[in-house]
Amino acid sequence: MTPKIFFIYFAISMTFMSVMVITRRNPVHSVLWMIGLFFHIAAVYLFLNAEFLAAVQIILYAGAIMVLFLFVIMMLNLKEEVVAPRFIGEWPIGVALGIAIITMIIYSVFTIQPGPVGEHTIEAIQKTTHAKAIGSLLYTKYIFPFEIASLVLLVAVVGAIVLAKKR
Amino acid sequence: MIESIISSIGIGGFAGSMIALLIKIAIVFGVVMLHVAYATYFERKVIGHIQMRLGPMTVGPHGILQPVADGIKSFFKEDVIPSGADKAIFKLAPVVSVFAALGCLAVVPFFDGFVLANINIGLLYIFAMSSLSAYGIVMAGWSSNSKYSFLGGLRSTAQVISYEVALGLSLVGVMILSESLNLTEIVNAQQKYWHGMFIIPQFLGAFVFMIAAFAETNRAPFDLPEAESELVAGFFVEYSGMRFALFYMAEYIGMLVMSSISVLCFMGGWTLPPFILEVFPSLAAVPGLVWFLFKIYFHVFVYYWIRSTLPRFRYDHLMSLGWKVLIPLALINIVITALVKYYC
Repeated sequence: MTPKIFFIYFAISMTFMSVMVITRRNPVHSVLWMIGLFFHIAAVYLFLNAEFLAAVQIILYAGAIMVLFLFVIMMLNLKEEVVAPRFIGEWPIGVALGIAIITMIIYSVFTIQPGPVGEHTIEAIQKTTHAKAIGSLLYTKYIFPFEIASLVLLVAVVGAIVLAKKR
Repeated sequence: MIESIISSIGIGGFAGSMIALLIKIAIVFGVVMLHVAYATYFERKVIGHIQMRLGPMTVGPHGILQPVADGIKSFFKEDVIPSGADKAIFKLAPVVSVFAALGCLAVVPFFDGFVLANINIGLLYIFAMSSLSAYGIVMAGWSSNSKYSFLGGLRSTAQVISYEVALGLSLVGVMILSESLNLTEIVNAQQKYWHGMFIIPQFLGAFVFMIAAFAETNRAPFDLPEAESELVAGFFVEYSGMRFALFYMAEYIGMLVMSSISVLCFMGGWTLPPFILEVFPSLAAVPGLVWFLFKIYFHVFVYYWIRSTLPRFRYDHLMSLGWKVLIPLALINIVITALVKYYC
């Protein structure tokens, strides 16, 4: 029962915060609501017994990426941003698409069928600890996609340096 | 201990463990706040004596009641909010700072078995919480609507992000050696070695951690965010009264938290090195909390010592030190530790 109450709280406040993110006039306020949203997402990861993901969610998204967002937004000329309208003219299309996706998700939630249980059950992960389970999978079975991801990131790093050096 | 007392009264199960947890939180909060108050006194005394002064002497014998007087003063001071400020964020910023600092305490084991939340991702949790401390500073700097605070906030953001990388990487060596992210298990892992302290195999990591911790807590010689000679007081220029005191508290709690991570990860936490215990077996009778506190006080003393010794870094020096010296050193440390761990 207690987890259910907590989940209801997180679900409601996540929806509320998402709405706040897109409706605030001031971009800095939007970013701050988004940080709150990331915290709640981390809490949902905890419900799924994914403690490692929860910590990484806060370290990376709330701790690093959003700080950079805030940094850029603060450097922009805020007065112009505040006056400009927050929604572009095509927002009804976005709303229609959103409703379509939500109906699809709701429909699939009611017809979902649980698949077979794999070897990484909650008990197995609690025995090995989460970080170890993720690490050993990532560096053995999924080493190839992992290396591709790191190469893509490396390209992005080099690209950022090239752009910054160009005068 | 607290759990057994509560279950003996007759409150068991979920409610009992919740009450025990609340009592523990109250104890930790009270002790840490007292330490914060007297850390300011200790700082003024240490720096005073280093500069051939006496430090605070008026309130109480040797100024021992000075923190109480300071606390009462800042509590009753007028709370000024600038008219151009973004009020909600202006009020929220000190709270975020203190929250981020206090949040770290949840996973710090003070002695064997006394920890509020013994979670397996303890170290990651501390990184997560300490990365939040940047928000308090950024929010304060932006919402004050003042050039000085804004510059302080911007500087601090860049500084904290840069040094967080070095801070995280410096602890990877400890994670490799102890094969765990749980702080209690890290301390227990150190006991398996003759030296009983990871500072000996991990001297490079400990060095990088120490410097990054100074920058992360915005202490001298990396106190660029507040650099009083250029920015008046940096990001908290516009704050007064209790809100100002909250920023001050957050800084000192952050210092205590960083010291305790250093103690737990590099200096064996509440334990003594086995080779010392072999020579003086009677020392095993001393409770672990005593050693833990002694090591913390030593770290805090080092913070003050360095503050009164070194001049402030220039901003570009600070950045190049972080990115070009500390991060490569931490990476070398990881590679060497991993190789030694794999082949020995």
